[in-house]
Amino acid sequence: MGRKTLIPIGPYHPLQEEPELFKLYCDGEIVKDIQWVTGYNHRSIEKLSESKTYEQVFFLVERICGICSTSHPFAFANAVEEIAGVEITDRAKYIRSVIAELERIHSHLLWVGLAGHFLGYNTVFMWAWKYREPVLDLFEMITGNRNSYAMFKVGGVRRDIEGSKISEIRKVLDVVKKKTDLLTGAVMDDPVIHARTKGVGVLSKQDVIDFGAVGPTARASGLAIDVRMDDPYAAYPLVNWKVITATAGDVFAKAEVRLLEMYESISIIEQCLKGIEKEKEGEITVKVNEIPPGIGHGRAEAPRGEVFHFVMSDGSNCPARHKIRAPSYVNIATFKKSCIGQTIADATITLAGVDPCYCCTERMAVACDSGTGEVILNGRELIERSVLRTGELKSTLKERT
Amino acid sequence: MGFKSYCFKKSLWVFHFGGASCNNCDIEILDCLTPRHDLERFGILLVGSIRHADVLLVNGSINLHDRERLLEIYRQAPKPLLVVAIGACGCTGGLFTESITFAGPVDKIIPVDAYIPGCPPKPEAIIAGIVKLVNKN
Ligand code: SF4
Repeated sequence: MGRKTLIPIGPYHPLQEEPELFKLYCDGEIVKDIQWVTGYNHRSIEKLSESKTYEQVFFLVERICGICSTSHPFAFANAVEEIAGVEITDRAKYIRSVIAELERIHSHLLWVGLAGHFLGYNTVFMWAWKYREPVLDLFEMITGNRNSYAMFKVGGVRRDIEGSKISEIRKVLDVVKKKTDLLTGAVMDDPVIHARTKGVGVLSKQDVIDFGAVGPTARASGLAIDVRMDDPYAAYPLVNWKVITATAGDVFAKAEVRLLEMYESISIIEQCLKGIEKEKEGEITVKVNEIPPGIGHGRAEAPRGEVFHFVMSDGSNCPARHKIRAPSYVNIATFKKSCIGQTIADATITLAGVDPCYCCTERMAVACDSGTGEVILNGRELIERSVLRTGELKSTLKERT
Repeated sequence: MGFKSYCFKKSLWVFHFGGASCNNCDIEILDCLTPRHDLERFGILLVGSIRHADVLLVNGSINLHDRERLLEIYRQAPKPLLVVAIGACGCTGGLFTESITFAGPVDKIIPVDAYIPGCPPKPEAIIAGIVKLVNKN
């Protein structure tokens, strides 16, 4: 192999809204190796979660990632409800699914826009984000906020969707459906998009299995995995829908899967709304008095794939241990396969193709550069830092009292 | 008209620094530029390099990893520069104040001219904040 040039993308790159560093090792135009450096976004959420009560943790996990701000509470609620052994009411199940599917629509629209932006095709970016606004308005109407919804709690949801809101949701869904048709047509038939995305960043079915990729990334390579189908939760077993897959495994297939998934989401929401109308208004929570000691696993299908929460309870009102695995964590690993051998210009859209979300993925670990052996931060330093921080907090608390 | 107000009289170019955020604030900032709010019609443009910027938008809590980089970016910026802290995280640290990697709210690290609270602030709030800031100078 000839001499390699290092091209950094990030950490504060105009292309990415989140801080993240990719190091592309290139030979001429061709990417030979890729490395990924994290830590710019670390907030020690798992640790913070152990100091909050179960009710408060919902607000915390919602802020792991702004785009998936329903998926994390969803998985956490599933985990805690498994420990407590509660079955929520059907109305609450339907409402949870409506919120999760609305989120999927807005997230996929956001991705289509950003992908257009990465290709230098800003018209798609502007269009997709324009058509996303009505969905955000719906969220504002249902939950009171455009992004962080605060809808979930142990045993149900916080707010009901009343009859007047249902008709409003239907109206907006019609608009969104029409716009999705338009956008799908524009993206699927555009020769420029075909040229830029077909055959780019290809992942075979075996690659996807090897890397353990999930969500649309896996489904675009022909692997039909979807937690909603494989391990049904909330209202998904009560409605009819199908898992969308494609076989090509390139960026175009990923776009196709996401666009078609939006139609499925719209149909799920319509069925859920019918379900909500059948149930009695106001029956949205089940009272949960205490969380017994035990272990709970919660899974939910986020727009990017499976979110997994592990919660351990010792019978107190805070989780004793809370472990989170977000989908981008495994999807980002596929870059090792899909980016290598591409040109630099194609590498960016391949990076965007899995819809990576870095704030979910942040991990603090013993990080060392395999080439130079340079340790960026080790485990002991981490613990020392934690001890120091606890000391600081204790002293400020003392000052206050 | 002072030097500072002369500098901020025309199109403001904005550089966005996303600290350890949850992404929502970042998205709402981008949202300001898309058709519904369309800040670009006032000449407000997101730029790729701090060396071209008049305004530095900082959102998210700042962790130990980000701290040095924020200082470096502030050092590289042409002055006069307006610094805007966006969101609960940017203003105070918000939910993440007790995190072991938290390095202090933005105003403990660099001087801040305006605070836009909210979690996340609505695009309207961001626009109103920037308008207020420009009128003040
Ligand atoms: S202020 Fe809220 S929305 Fe903004 S980055 Fe912080 S947690 Fe996210």
